[in-house]
Amino acid sequence: MSVAVAIEGVEKRFGSVLALAGVSLQIAEGEFFGLLGPNGAGKTTLISCLAGLARPDTGSLTVLGHDVVTDYRAARRLLGVVPQELVFDPFFSVRESLRIQSGYFGIRHNDQWIDEILANLDLTSKADTNMRRLSGGMKRRVLVAQALVHKPPVIVLDEPTAGVDVELRQGLWQFVRRLNRDGHTVILTTHYLEEAEALCGRIAMLKQGRVVALDTTSNLLARFSGQTLRLRVARSTPLPQTLRARATESEGAWTFPLGALGEIEPLLAAVREAGCQIDDLRLTQTDLEDVFLGVMQSTSTRQATS
Amino acid sequence: MSGFRTLLYKEVLRFWKVSFQTVGAPVLTALLYLMIFSHVLEAHVQVHGVPYAAFLIPGLVMMSALQNAFANSSSSLIQSKVTGSVVFVLLPPISYVEFFLAYVVAAMLRGLMVGLGVLLVTMWFAPPSFIAPLWILAFIVIGGGIMGTLGVVAGIWADKFDQLAAFQNFLIMPLTMLSGVFYSIHSLPEFWQQVSRFNPVFYMIDGFRFGFFGVSDVAPETSLAVVATSFLLVSAATLALLKSGYKLRS
Repeated sequence: MSVAVAIEGVEKRFGSVLALAGVSLQIAEGEFFGLLGPNGAGKTTLISCLAGLARPDTGSLTVLGHDVVTDYRAARRLLGVVPQELVFDPFFSVRESLRIQSGYFGIRHNDQWIDEILANLDLTSKADTNMRRLSGGMKRRVLVAQALVHKPPVIVLDEPTAGVDVELRQGLWQFVRRLNRDGHTVILTTHYLEEAEALCGRIAMLKQGRVVALDTTSNLLARFSGQTLRLRVARSTPLPQTLRARATESEGAWTFPLGALGEIEPLLAAVREAGCQIDDLRLTQTDLEDVFLGVMQSTSTRQATS
Repeated sequence: MSGFRTLLYKEVLRFWKVSFQTVGAPVLTALLYLMIFSHVLEAHVQVHGVPYAAFLIPGLVMMSALQNAFANSSSSLIQSKVTGSVVFVLLPPISYVEFFLAYVVAAMLRGLMVGLGVLLVTMWFAPPSFIAPLWILAFIVIGGGIMGTLGVVAGIWADKFDQLAAFQNFLIMPLTMLSGVFYSIHSLPEFWQQVSRFNPVFYMIDGFRFGFFGVSDVAPETSLAVVATSFLLVSAATLALLKSGYKLRS
């Protein structure tokens, strides 16, 4: 598998703010790659550098081997970017917008492919409607269509489902999944962690312009143990100190990390022995949100102590 | 150059779709100027030996062409910046030279179209002669190019519409209004004649007018040299600005 996107030691400063503090990443062809991080972590800046909208201060970025600065024509032809903001040109219809976008990439007579994208994004009936008249969700779909007019092998989606209703989100993901199955490399930034968990094969987590975690989604999930047991006990029979030490408390419930399911039985036996009355008990699977919070917290303590 | 071709097409389509505002309105404005000024002054004023209305027409044609060339590139750019749709032009493999040419040529075309429109509606008041059509064409094309280029600079520099309006009202308007559209600079006091000679728009209008009447305040060769040099200078500066990515690529 060759490299679709290579990012090497990219730093980017805006005034006194260090938006990217030396990011290095490699994304293989055909991957569905997630870029996660809190607001201001540098996700959009990194994508802007990749797309040529921002210029890195140091470091390099390539798309299928083409440097985004020195060989920008080739790099941009291989890259389709769905911007985060809901932008549109109010002068044109959907079809006009897509034809113009094709022309920017040097493609004429692109109607066959345009029709195909429109059909896939459920926009055929809106082809001749002015962009101004479309709903937000439809404008979002046109943005996806615009990013695909030149059949880019690498597709970047910058928070494409922010503020989009559930039905459209599902439809959009089906379409993007299919693109990925057809061989397109997909890079996704999102705030919806369950989305990243469901879609992405590998994930990088960014914090303050640094990559703080980079692994396959399954490894990341495994790293933060498999399951947890959440217990709530009656106030009259509080947990003894020995058990409390093994758990973390939030909102009156105690969460015990479990290395394996076999640990449940002895744990419950210990609770019973201590005479505690169980009010509520829940077994939960670690999800990406736990991983995300764990990674973000552990990096802040590491940074605080270093 | 296909990126250039499409961007030019898009820019022309953009103003053509709203041609009522972008071509029709300035033509009407010029017509009103002509009717009012020629009504008031026709009986009293002759310039270069031609009746005032005949003198005024080429000036109005050129002024309208120049102002609209500026308006085209500047308003298109600020709109796409404010709405964010400029990203559609920044993501594809379009070089800064193609970007520059597309915006400037579209501005020139709008200038030419408005100029032609003004000429068509005003020429009935005082049929002009076309002594040297090549001079006419040269000055309106290069003049439109200069204004289109300044429009690119203004559109990129301005972050808000009122900043653009300031550029237009405090620089472009005075330069075009005080350039001899409505008078010959020989009718001005010596001091203001000298000041006018530092205004490149004066040379655009004077040279343009020479093409109609064969008379002008300064030799048309001199005007052409000044105008062409100005175009080269502002183009070079603007290309450098675009290459740097100023306010477009952070």
